Amino acid sequence: MDKQGEAYWKATLGLLTKILAVWFIVSFGAGILFADMLNGIHLGGYPLGFWFAQQGSMYIFVALIFYYAKKMDQIDRKFDVHEE
Amino acid sequence: MDLQTTIYLVVGLSFALYIGIAIWARAGSTSEFYVAGGGVGPRINGMATAADWMSAASFISMAGLISNMGYGGGLFLMGWTGGYVLLALLLAPYLRKFGKFTVPQFIGDRYYSQTASTVAVLCLLVASLTYIIGQMTGVGVAFSRFLGVSNETGIYVGMAIVFTYAVFGGMKGITYTQVAQYCVLIFAYTIPAIFISMQLTGNPIPQLGLGSNLVGSDISLLQKLDQVVIDLGFGQYTTTTAGSTLNMFVYTMSLMIGTAGLQHVIMRFFTVPSVHAARLSAGWALVFIAILYTTAPAVAAMAKTNLIRTVTPGVVTQNADPYAADSQIKYDERPDWMKRWEVTGLLKFEDKNADGRIQYYNDKSKSEEFKAKAEAAGWKGNELSVNADIIVLANPEIALLPNWVIALVAAGGLAAALSTAAGLLLAISSAISHDLVKGVFKPNISEKGELMAGKIAMACSIVVAGYLGLNPPGFAAGTVALAFGIAASSLFPAIMMGIFSKKMNKEGAIAGMLAGLTITLFYVFAHKGLFFIKGTDYLPLIGGPNSFFGITPEAFGAIGALVNFGVAFLVDKFTKEPPEHIQHLVENVRTPRGSKAVDGRHAH
Repeated sequence: MDKQGEAYWKATLGLLTKILAVWFIVSFGAGILFADMLNGIHLGGYPLGFWFAQQGSMYIFVALIFYYAKKMDQIDRKFDVHEE
Repeated sequence: MDLQTTIYLVVGLSFALYIGIAIWARAGSTSEFYVAGGGVGPRINGMATAADWMSAASFISMAGLISNMGYGGGLFLMGWTGGYVLLALLLAPYLRKFGKFTVPQFIGDRYYSQTASTVAVLCLLVASLTYIIGQMTGVGVAFSRFLGVSNETGIYVGMAIVFTYAVFGGMKGITYTQVAQYCVLIFAYTIPAIFISMQLTGNPIPQLGLGSNLVGSDISLLQKLDQVVIDLGFGQYTTTTAGSTLNMFVYTMSLMIGTAGLQHVIMRFFTVPSVHAARLSAGWALVFIAILYTTAPAVAAMAKTNLIRTVTPGVVTQNADPYAADSQIKYDERPDWMKRWEVTGLLKFEDKNADGRIQYYNDKSKSEEFKAKAEAAGWKGNELSVNADIIVLANPEIALLPNWVIALVAAGGLAAALSTAAGLLLAISSAISHDLVKGVFKPNISEKGELMAGKIAMACSIVVAGYLGLNPPGFAAGTVALAFGIAASSLFPAIMMGIFSKKMNKEGAIAGMLAGLTITLFYVFAHKGLFFIKGTDYLPLIGGPNSFFGITPEAFGAIGALVNFGVAFLVDKFTKEPPEHIQHLVENVRTPRGSKAVDGRHAH
C-alpha cells in the first residue's frame, strides 16, 4: 500500500476506535456495568441507568452511525478516494 | 362492522397491496433477483432492512419478554440495535465495495478457498433455516388467533403469499413489499402504544410517557410500577438483571455480533448503489428499527401496569393494601378481554384458594417477609398465568381501543413475520443457487439458468420452511438463539478479519470458523441435547448448567467469537501468509473509489 493509502486507513481506524469507544461506554458501560450507580440520578421519571439500557443507548447508536457516515465522507475526500 | 369482519378486511387489503407490488416488481435478471438491480436508495433500503430485521419475535414477543424481565430485558433492545453500529462501521461498506451477490462468495474469494466458502454456506444455511422455523410458526399463530382459521391453513396461506412475491420478484419484489410491510407494522405497533400512553400518563409519546407521572398523581409510572411489583413479590422492575451482570454483558454482546453476522441482513446492503449509500443506509435502517424498539419498553411497562391495575385496581390507583381481601377483583366480574383470551389458552385462571378472587403474584419469591404476608392473606399460589405474547396482542383490547386498531395489530404481526421470512428465503436460495450451483457444481451455468435455479431453490425453500412450520421440531423455541450463536461465532469474525487483517490466511479463517462453531454448539447441546434431541444433554460433562462463569447457552455466541478470533490468529501465525494478490484485494476493498454495481462473477 502506498503512503497515501496507509494514511487513509490510519485515519479510518482512528475514527472507528473513537466511535466504538462511545458505543461501548453508553451500552455496556452506562447501560450495564454502571447502571446501578447511575440509577441514583433521575431523568424525569427515569432512573438514569435504566434509561440508558432501554432508551438512551439506542438514540446514541443512531447518532453514531450518521456521524460515522459524515466523517467518512470527509476522510474520503481528504485522501481523494471518494466515489465519483 | 363486527371485529372479525374488520380484521378480514384490513388483513385482506394489506395482502392485496403486497401482491400488487409483486406483479409490478418482477425480476428479469440475476442482478434483479439477488440485489434488486443494485439501485435502491439508502432510505428505501433502510426501511426494507427494518422490516427484514423485525420479525414476529420483535413484533409479538419482545415487549412481553421485557415486561416479564424488567430492566434485564434491555439486553434485547441494546443487543438487537447495537449490532447495526458494528454492521455499519465494520462490515457493510466494505462488503458493498467488494461488490458480489453473497457473503460466502466474499469468504471464498478473500480466503482463496472453496472450502472456506462451503463452510460459510453451511453456517449460513443452519442459521437461516433455524431462524425461519420461528417465522413460519409465527405466521400460523397470527392467522389462527386473529382470523379464526386453523394453524395449518394459516401457514398454507402465508406460504402462498410469500411464494408469489419472493419467487417471481426475488430481491426486487421483496424489497418493495418489505417497504409496504414496514409501514403496516410500524403503524400497528405505535398507534396502540400512543393511546395507552395517553390514558396512563397523558403524554402521547410513549418514549416520554414511560418517564412521566401517572395521570392524576405526582408519582412516576416507573416508581409506581416498582412499588407495586415488589408488593406482589416480583423483583424491582427497573433494576432486575438477566442472570448476573456478567451474563447480561455477554448476552448483549452475542446479540450484537450475531446481528451483524446474519446474511439476510447483510445482503440488503448489496442493493444500494454505492459505498456512501451503504453507510447512510445502515443509519436509516436503525432509525426505522429504533422507532419500534424505543416504543417496546414503554409498551412493556405500561401493559404490566395495566394488567396489575385490572386485577387489583385500588392498589395501582389509590394506594390500597394489596393484601386486603377486597383488593383483588372477583373472577365473575373480570373484563371481557380476559374472557376472550382465556379461550385461546394464553390466559389461564385457577382459583387455588377458592375465594372467587384473582390473586396474581410471584409465588416463587425468595423473600421470607413477602411469603409471610402472602400466607397471612390466605393466598395459596399464583392464580393467573399470562403468556408473554398477550402483552402486544391484547394491548388494544386491554386499553379498550376501537376494532380497527385490533385489526391493524393483526395485519402488523403478519407483516412482520412475512417480511422476515421472505428475507431469509432469499438468503437461503441465493446461497444454494449462487454459491453452490454456480460456485461449485456448475460454474458455466448461463445467467438464465442461474435465475431459474434461484427461483427453483426459492420454491423448494418455501416448501421446506412450510413443512417445518407445520411440524415444528420440539426445539423451535431454542433455535433462534442458536441462529445468533452461529452467526456470531462463525461468520462475523471471518468477515471482519477478512477486511481488517491483510495477513489472515485461509488456514486461520477456516480453523477459526470451525472452532467457534464447534465450541458454541458443544455448549448449547450440553444444555439442550445433541441436535436438540431430548435426553441427550450432557450437563455433568461440563460441570452443570451455565458452568462457564454462569453464562447461559443463549449468551454463548460472544465466547464462541472470541475462540474463533484466538484460534484464527494462532493458526495464521504458523502457516504461510496469503498470496500477494489477496493483500491487494483487501487494500482495494478498504477504499470506496472504484465501487461498481454488484455482480456475480466468481474469481476462481
